[in-house]
Amino acid sequence: MTVKNPPVGAPAKATTYKSTALETMAEARIRWERAQADLAEKRPFWKQDFTTVSSMEVPHLVTAEQVADIDPVAEIGVPGEFPYTRGIHPTGYRGRLWTMRQFAGFGSAADTNARFKYLLDHGQTGLSVAFHLPTLYGYDSDHELARGEVGKCGVAVDTLADMETLFDGIPLDEVSTSMTINSTAPILFAMYLAVAEKQGVNIARDVSGTLQNDILKEYIAQKEYIYPPRESMRLITDQFAFAGEQVPRWNTISISGYHIREAGSTALQELAFTLRDGMEYVEYGIRAGLDVDDFAPRLSFFFNSHNDFFEEVAKYRAARRIWATVMRDRYGARNPRSWTLRFHTQTAGCSLTAQQPYNNVVRTTIQALAAVMGGTQSLHTNALDETLALPTEENARIALRTQQIIAHESGVTNTIDPLGGSYFVEELTRRMVDGAFDYIRRIDEFGGMVEAVEAGFPQREIMDAAFQYQRAFEDKEKLIVGVNAHVLEEEEPIETLYISDDLADQQIGSMEVVKRARDAGAAERTLDALRTGAAGEANTMPLILDCVKAYCTVGEVSDALREVFGTYEEPAVF
Amino acid sequence: MSRTTAHRILIAKPGLDGHDRGAKVIARALRDAGFEVIYSGLRQTPEQIAAAAVQEDVRAVGLSILSGAHNVLLPEIVTLLRDADADDILVFAGGIIPEKDIERLKGAGIDEIFLPGTVTADVIAYLNKSLSSEDSMETSKQLSTAGRTSVEER
Repeated sequence: MTVKNPPVGAPAKATTYKSTALETMAEARIRWERAQADLAEKRPFWKQDFTTVSSMEVPHLVTAEQVADIDPVAEIGVPGEFPYTRGIHPTGYRGRLWTMRQFAGFGSAADTNARFKYLLDHGQTGLSVAFHLPTLYGYDSDHELARGEVGKCGVAVDTLADMETLFDGIPLDEVSTSMTINSTAPILFAMYLAVAEKQGVNIARDVSGTLQNDILKEYIAQKEYIYPPRESMRLITDQFAFAGEQVPRWNTISISGYHIREAGSTALQELAFTLRDGMEYVEYGIRAGLDVDDFAPRLSFFFNSHNDFFEEVAKYRAARRIWATVMRDRYGARNPRSWTLRFHTQTAGCSLTAQQPYNNVVRTTIQALAAVMGGTQSLHTNALDETLALPTEENARIALRTQQIIAHESGVTNTIDPLGGSYFVEELTRRMVDGAFDYIRRIDEFGGMVEAVEAGFPQREIMDAAFQYQRAFEDKEKLIVGVNAHVLEEEEPIETLYISDDLADQQIGSMEVVKRARDAGAAERTLDALRTGAAGEANTMPLILDCVKAYCTVGEVSDALREVFGTYEEPAVF
Repeated sequence: MSRTTAHRILIAKPGLDGHDRGAKVIARALRDAGFEVIYSGLRQTPEQIAAAAVQEDVRAVGLSILSGAHNVLLPEIVTLLRDADADDILVFAGGIIPEKDIERLKGAGIDEIFLPGTVTADVIAYLNKSLSSEDSMETSKQLSTAGRTSVEER
């Protein structure tokens, strides 16, 4: 496999401006420089730091001169054509709006089922499941480490019975579902397919959805890993192969920058690490013997959207350009669908403030607008109370309404990539592209992302950026309204969703009922078969499907794999 | 009162959540402020945290939790420290903790709770103040003990 990056800043094949126009522009720019310097002497700038939220330099003014060497066709182009800087669909949002997909899950499967139905009734167009931490981490609700966690950060799912309740009355051939699940993704994927089968849905034809399944960013940022990196990568390539044949409309992975950003990275680091993660999955898929064009069209991405509007828009545009370039030129993909980067966006949870929480609606609006103007395929907007708790029904509705207002009232959806051609946005997009390729090269030097993670490289970069941001906030170089500026001395607390600790007993009780009612022999046999298959070369996915159909618990299946794969601990450095 | 040796602090992550940004930022800021900081790593049980606090002979334990399990796990840590005769160790916490839980947690022996938006300088100031007042209490205790000893000797 070639590990060559395409040349950056290659000579432009076309230029945007005539040289005489650029000369006139240079004269005008010099006049402006003098004028602004004169004025700045009389009236000094009101602050020193004019950088993005990620501390990226922002020029005072960008003119045609700085973007004159950007090729308007080869680098920017038109929507639906390589390198897709302006979008992946020729029709933009006229053909189809983005999917409004609010992440939801709390309490029991029945609680979350009711919230799903509420959101669908209010115009949401896809489901997105938040599981509670024990499910994410492969423990049953009665595990020692599940104490206090049951149903808190998401919905409690221990067995197929919970999954049946979760999707009760929701036709899985009509709704697409995204599941935020990583280490235990194959188990929950299997459960979803088993529910669809019970509903009589044609899985190969009608089941569609997305698994997050991005284990690399778990080691890098979110830290919900179970097994060591290489074993985890094997589970993922098993799912690529299985879904490619059996569930062709399923996105087996959503390569996620969201959590990298939440952990404190800059926008550039989010972009670079996420795309390099994506490249790592491609390389592992190819190494596992798959044809790149057989699985690459099903790869999808998931980005954060923070407050710095232009930085975010440039990030999305750069992401599409880089992905198209590496897929075609580095991995030799021939199918244009392998070149296109499709992505989901979530507004930045870490940008929300506990202080004056209603201001969060405004922040979320700006962030959602950036995602839409950056061409997202689907979007979650955070609720105003999400820095305090999981959202109340009312706040979840306002969050959804925020998207609907952008879609139907703002007018930004009428034209494709409305910021394309902006001197500043094109200049920033190019800096994002160049900066990301720099990081990609550094990660290549480690031997790849798995090796870079093992060496702690992205983790350290993110930690340093997080600390630098905290300093900038504390030194008031970066102002956050309501927190270090415009503070209210007294604030009334708002009503938040409260999840009782009593749920745990109910959940454990119903899991015990399921375990007593199942065919114990079948449960044992399927788990044994999984252990044997995992120790060998078999595709684990069909074996896990057998386990969940026998009502084995998430914890039992995870433990079977723990026995074979071992577990991972990261060094506790800060 | 100036101190000659750095106070040793354990920053620990109880609960299953992997959000370690806050814990690591606090750990680094405390280290930069002259504390000796030990970071537990992720997903520590109350038993592991209490044992580490005792074994490392720390002056304070900072607990970072964003999972929602604080009502169950934090009081357990205080109880375990008490059972180990280590209730002189100051316990403070930070994370996503609803307003209505704060009183209950303080009642259960959590000395201070820092919410989102806290500046690290406040945590440093809090520790300096709490630990130095303990130091002066400790010093006066030692003095009075010393006094008593000398009386007994006489």
